[in-house]
This record gives sequence, C-alpha cells and structure tokens, in this order.
Amino acid sequence: MIYREAGQLKTTYAKDQAIFPIRQDRYAMAAILVIAFFIVPFSVSDYWFNAILIPFLILALAALGLNILTGYTGQLSLGTAGFMAVGAFAAFNFMLRVPGMPLLVAFILAGLTAALVGIAFGLPSLRIKGFYLAVATLAAQFFIEWVLIKFGWFSNYNSSGVITAQPMIILGYEFITPRSKYLLTLAIVAVMALAAKNMARSETGRVWMAVRDMDIAAEVIGINILKAKLLAFAVSSFYCGVAGALWAYAYLGSVEPSAFTLDRSFQILFMIIIGGVGTVLGSFLGAAFIVLLPILLNVGAHYIPGVPRDLLSNLELIVFGGLIIFFLAVEPHGLARLWQIGKEKLRLWPFPH
Amino acid sequence: MTFFFEVLIGGLLAGVMYSLVALGFVLIYKASGVFNFAQGAMVFFAALTFVSIVERGVNFWLAIAITLAAMVVLAFAIERIVLRFLVNQPQITLFMATIGLAYFIEGLAQGLWGAQVHAIELGIQDVPFKLAGINISQFDLFASGTAAVLVAVLALFFSYTRTGRALRAVADDHQAALSIGIPLERIWVIVWAVAGFVALVAGLLWGARTGVQFALTFTALKALPVLILGGFESIPGAIVGGLIIGASEKLAEVYIGSSLGLNIGTGIENWFPYALAMVFLLIRPEGLFGEKRIERV
Repeated sequence: MIYREAGQLKTTYAKDQAIFPIRQDRYAMAAILVIAFFIVPFSVSDYWFNAILIPFLILALAALGLNILTGYTGQLSLGTAGFMAVGAFAAFNFMLRVPGMPLLVAFILAGLTAALVGIAFGLPSLRIKGFYLAVATLAAQFFIEWVLIKFGWFSNYNSSGVITAQPMIILGYEFITPRSKYLLTLAIVAVMALAAKNMARSETGRVWMAVRDMDIAAEVIGINILKAKLLAFAVSSFYCGVAGALWAYAYLGSVEPSAFTLDRSFQILFMIIIGGVGTVLGSFLGAAFIVLLPILLNVGAHYIPGVPRDLLSNLELIVFGGLIIFFLAVEPHGLARLWQIGKEKLRLWPFPH
Repeated sequence: MTFFFEVLIGGLLAGVMYSLVALGFVLIYKASGVFNFAQGAMVFFAALTFVSIVERGVNFWLAIAITLAAMVVLAFAIERIVLRFLVNQPQITLFMATIGLAYFIEGLAQGLWGAQVHAIELGIQDVPFKLAGINISQFDLFASGTAAVLVAVLALFFSYTRTGRALRAVADDHQAALSIGIPLERIWVIVWAVAGFVALVAGLLWGARTGVQFALTFTALKALPVLILGGFESIPGAIVGGLIIGASEKLAEVYIGSSLGLNIGTGIENWFPYALAMVFLLIRPEGLFGEKRIERV
C-alpha cells in the first residue's frame, strides 16, 4: 500500500524514461538529498564527518567506479586502489606544478589521468577474460604502487613518498572544517552518482550490460566491443581517480602509496559484492556496510570484557570474513536486492497478494 | 657466464617454490571451478599450526599428522559451511567467498596460535654447494626434490586410484560425474583436503625459508602470475609456469636492473611476473597449458 504506483500513469515518453518514474522514489530521493545536504551537516559531530561520513562517501564513489567496470560491464578488476592512487598523485602534481590550478579542474584532470592509465591496463581485456583478466589487473595494482614509490618525482621527492594535499580553495573559500569537506565531497559524489545512474540507463549502459551478459553475442549484434570495454575501463578509472584525489584531499590530508594497497582494492570489491553488483544503490549500501562494520565490531567488542587486544583484531578478521561468506550465502545479489524485495513487499502490504 | 647460470638456476629453484603454492590453486580450480584465493591463508594456517605443535614438544612426524588432520577438518568445514550454500552461484561470487574465507582463516590461525614469527627447523642446511663451478643452494634443491615427489604422488593418485579417477571425472564435467553417481560433495572435501596437504608442504618449505609469519599469506600473490601463465587447469602448467616466472624474475632483477643503471631493478619482483604473464596471455589467452575455451552464442 505504501509503495504502490497505481494511478501514476506514464502519459508521455519523457515520463516513461524518467530517472525515477515512481513518485515515492522521487520523494525518497529528494528527502535523502535534503537530509544529506541540510540536516546532517548541522546535526553530527566532527568525529562522524571525519571517521564515517567522508570515507563512506569517497569509498562509495570508488565502489561506483568499480561497479561500472565489474557490475555493468562484467570485467572483474582487482586494481581499483591502484587507479585511486593515480588519481591522488595526479591531483597533487597538477596542483603543485601548474600555478593557479583550480581545485575542481585538478580533480577532473586527475580523473582523466586515471582514465588514461585505466585504458592502458584495460587493453588486455580485449583478449583476456574472467579470472585471467582479474589477475592481470593485479599487474596494474602492483605496477602503479611500485612506480609511485620508486620515482620520487611523483611525491615531489619526499623521502618517504608521502604527499601532503594543498589547501582546498574554491573561489576564495577554503575548505578546512570537516563539515565543509563533507559538503564538498557530498556534492561531487552526488553529481557523479547521478551521472553514473544516467549512463547506466542510457545506450552506453545497455551496451555495457550486453557485453557483460555475453560479449560474443554482443559482438554479433553489432556492438563495438573494443569501444565498450575501453570506455568502461576509462569511466571506471575516472571515478576511482576522483575518489583517490578526494581520499587524499578531503579525507586524509596527507597520503602515501601504501594507502592504496591491494587490501583497499579488495575492500572496494567487497562493497560492490555485498551492496549489489550492477546497481548504483548497491555501491552506497555496500560502502556503508563495509565502513560501519569494523566500527561496530570495535564498539561491540568493548562490551565483552577481558578479551586481549591482539585476539580482538583477529576476532575482527574472523567475524569480517565470516560475515562476507554469510552474506554471499544468504543473498548473493547483495543488499540492493534486499531493498528490491522490500519494495515488492511494501507494494502489497498489508495484503498477502 | 657462470654468474648467468647461477642466477638462472637460483631463479628456477625459487620458481619451484611458487609452483608449490600454485599447485593448490590448480587442484581446487580443476575440481570445483573455484578460484581459491584462500590458498595463501591455508599455507599460513598449515605452517603456523605445524610449528606451534612442534614447539609444544611434539615429534616432527606426529605434528605433520596432526596438522594434516587439521587441514582435513578445515576442508570438511569449508565444504559444509561455505561451498554447500554457494552451489550454482557465479564464479565471481565463489571467488569473493574465498576472499572472505582467507580473512577468516588468517584470523583463526593468529587467534589460535598468536602472531609471533616462528622458525621451522627442517634439518637441512642452507649452505650452497658447488657444481661445475656454480653455487647451488642446497635448500632450494631439497625444495625442488620435494616438489617433484609431490607432483609424482599427485599424478599417481590421479591416475591410479578410484578417488583420483572420480576427481578427474568431476573436473571434466560436473553434471556427467553426478549422473554416474560420483558424490560431488565428498569429492570437494577430498580436493580441498589435498589442497590443504599441498599447502602444508608449501608452508613448511616457505616457512623454513622466510620464517612462519603473516607474510606467508602473500605467497598466494606470488602464485597468481604462475597460474595465469601456466593455465588455471593444468598441473604441468603450474610447474612450468613457476619455472618460467622464477627464472625470468631473477634474470630481470639482475640484468634489467643493472643495465638501466637507474637502480630501477629493485622491487620489480612485485609486478614483473604479472607483466610477463600478461604478455604470455596476449599470445595465449588461456595460459600455456590451460583448456581452450570454446564459446558459443
């Protein structure tokens, strides 16, 4: 009853193709945006901004990027963190070496740099498939890490390879409080999520999904696989690159290549698997889950007295691994699928059929 | 020239160590189509369990038996708790589950036995001996011998025992194997247990070389390029791939590194094997010995 679209007739093509065709969705989306932009910034503490909300948003953006590649186009990638690192270091170098570089332009250029690197490492996907490709993308991960550590130029010859983000100034306003950083991140993520949603439901997205479902069949019906796959790599890396730049500028402030190790790639892969492969919503749900889980585990562990500290971190590993297996077993399509099922239920509620 | 051969042989022998880990991957992938990322964690678990038991004053062979039993129990648990619920899921889901499994096993191993670094004493000195003017590490030679024996035993097991034939049947075609009455679940337990055994051997050798520590889990990352080079489904592929990767890695480290003069060589062993494997893949997308995929629309 709550979620019924009865009476909402689609009388024009424009209405039929709307991004949120159902009124309840539109209201819910508007409500979420209003809460995120106007209510949250004034009602939570700095701890929330710094430790939960900002990393959540940035990781959701990276997950979105990976979802474009893995979820929509079906190319399993384990190099996400590598592309994030490219974004972070590219943004740093653009800001450092180009005088008067505006911050947002630097972010976009960072994304484009990551996209170029993504295309380069995406080239093998034209011949290699499945797990062979997944392992090949590890080459990107390790190679990028190595280059960034090995060549001092990228970190401006900092002896430990750390880059310190320049102050974030847009039109004379300096983003320095956690709240302002949160709002900047939120704005970027919101715009890019909207773009991703639109890409996914346009021709581009349909081409990607055709390639995912069966690339040979897609080729037979006249899809240019080369273009589709490389575009997916480029767009995905662009998202990851911007996420990496934000990770350095809005979240950590100073960052080294070891912030973008394989573990980070796995973390983001977990997000899309737990959130839901091939959905925009799933990227956010998965990111929320993965960001919150360790915090909750930590908090939960405080209530169990007498557990030694090193055992605790191991218990965390065990519970984390166990939960992932549990989730995969119970709902392999992820949290987004649960939301789908929930919507179906809400449509009928309180009637059984 | 002597130096070249020394590097080459050192590399080949190091490659055997990679092959040992890769073998575990291949066994499971062949039988169940699962790309088992937890193999590295299993190597760590086996080595840590073994060394902790030995340190409690248990006889060497008894400790091996106990560790083996633990690996069988682990295999059984994995089949019951993980695989059984994921039948018919896409491969990527199973792969993700094994990453979760890797975390679980790592946590379990360290939770049970603690996180200190242990040393394993296998009773082999790591002194090089000279053969025709070339220094050869005795330990590496022993490791290669072990690997050879292991592969031979596995080959015999696969060709001459009832279970081995059943395993090959399952690897060939799940459904056909099921329809002639091969119990799939039991086969999976067996194959994971065998992979556990391989992990134990790899863990002992790696552990004796580098000490039993968390870094053992990264042996999986060393094995991955070997796998894609050799092909996921092929035991000979794992061996040949290991040799190629091991030799070229060492040669690249020594020769590319020094010839460029940039001191560029240091640290390339992290990504060089992957780059090499990728070049091979561009020519043969299914690896050297992998099964050629035939795709139909």
